[in-house]
Amino acid sequence: MSQYADPEVLVDTGWVAAHRGDPNVRLVEVDVDTGGYDQGHIPGAIAWNWTTQLCDTLQRDIIPPDEFRRLMEEAGIANDTTVILYGDNNNWFAAWALWQMKIYGHSDIRLMNGGRRKWLEEGRELTTDVPQIARASYTLPDEPDFSIRAYLGDAQAAAAQKSAVLVDVRSPDEFTGRILAPPGLPETCQRGGHVPGARNIPWAKVCNEDGTFKSADELRALYEGEGVSPDRPTIAYCRIGERSSHTWFVLKYLLGYPDVKNYDGSWTEWGNLVRAPIERAAA
Amino acid sequence: MPSETVLRAEGYRRRRDRLEGWEVGIASYKLGGRYCCEVENVSVGARLARGEGTTREEAEAEALKRARELLVRTRVYPSR
Repeated sequence: MSQYADPEVLVDTGWVAAHRGDPNVRLVEVDVDTGGYDQGHIPGAIAWNWTTQLCDTLQRDIIPPDEFRRLMEEAGIANDTTVILYGDNNNWFAAWALWQMKIYGHSDIRLMNGGRRKWLEEGRELTTDVPQIARASYTLPDEPDFSIRAYLGDAQAAAAQKSAVLVDVRSPDEFTGRILAPPGLPETCQRGGHVPGARNIPWAKVCNEDGTFKSADELRALYEGEGVSPDRPTIAYCRIGERSSHTWFVLKYLLGYPDVKNYDGSWTEWGNLVRAPIERAAA
Repeated sequence: MPSETVLRAEGYRRRRDRLEGWEVGIASYKLGGRYCCEVENVSVGARLARGEGTTREEAEAEALKRARELLVRTRVYPSR
C-alpha cells in the first residue's frame, strides 16, 4: 500500500491524545455549530466558529489579513506553532480552516483523521473547560498564496475552455438539480444543476465508515477512475466551499496533485449568476 | 492550576434510518450524565440537529423532531 503524498498533514486520534499538551501544539475545534464544542471538546482545544471567525462577515470572502493575524494571535498561534484542526461534519470546516491558513502561509497545520466523531466514538477524554490561552505574535507573509483558490473566472475558463478539471463534490441530488441545497438546509441559489463539464465525485467517497480517510491507493483509484489525474489542473467546488476544501485537502496533500484549487464561491455563486450556463445531466 | 472536568462519550451508537424520505444517520451517546443525539444527512454528511435528554430515547426524540422539521421543508425539483 502506498503512503499519502504528505503524511505529515494528518494525525490520528492516538497522536493527538499523546501530544495535545505539547507546548508548541495548538488544538482547534472548527465547527459551524459550536454547540458541539460547548457540550464537550478535547482538553486544551479552543473553538473557531466558521461563520463568524473564518469568513468575512461583511462581504463574501475569506477573512482579511489583519483579522487572520488577530485570530492567530488570540489563539496563541505563532508562525512556528503546530496547529491540529478537527471538527464536526467529518472535518469539513476544519479543512476550510486549513485551506485558509495555507493561503496565509502557515506551515505546520494538520487534520485529526476522523474528526470529532472519531474522538467521541473512541470514548476519549473530553472537557467543557475552556483553556486560558496566552496571546502570541504572528507575522503575515508578504503576499497570500492565492494559487490554491479559484475564483469565478477560473471556473468559467474551466467550463468553457477546459483549462482545468472541475470536480463537483456535492451529493448527486444537488449535482443533478433535484434539490438546491442539502436536505434540511436553506436554499442558497436560484437554479439547480452543475457547472458544465464538471464530474460529480461526492466528498464522502474519500472517507471510510468511521470518517477517516481511505488509503492512498483507494483515493487514487477513485479520482483517476473519474478522469481526475495529477497531470491536469483541478478545481473543486461544492455549495459554499467547505466540502470542496475537504476534497482540495485530499487531492493536494494525500494524493499530491500539484495544481488544485478550491472554488469557494461554489454553487452559491454560480447558481445565482444571470445567464451562467448550467447542466443538469445525471450524476 | 484548577483540575479539568473530564468526560467521555459512553455507549456511542450509530444507526441509519429514513426521515421524511431522506436517509439520516443517528448517533447517540451518554456524556456526563446526559444523553446526546446528533442526526445527520447521509447523502451529504452534514449534521442537521442535536438533542439532549435524561435518556437516550429522550435525546433522540428531540433531535429527530428538529431534524424532521428541517427535512420537511426540502423542496424537490422535477428533472427537465
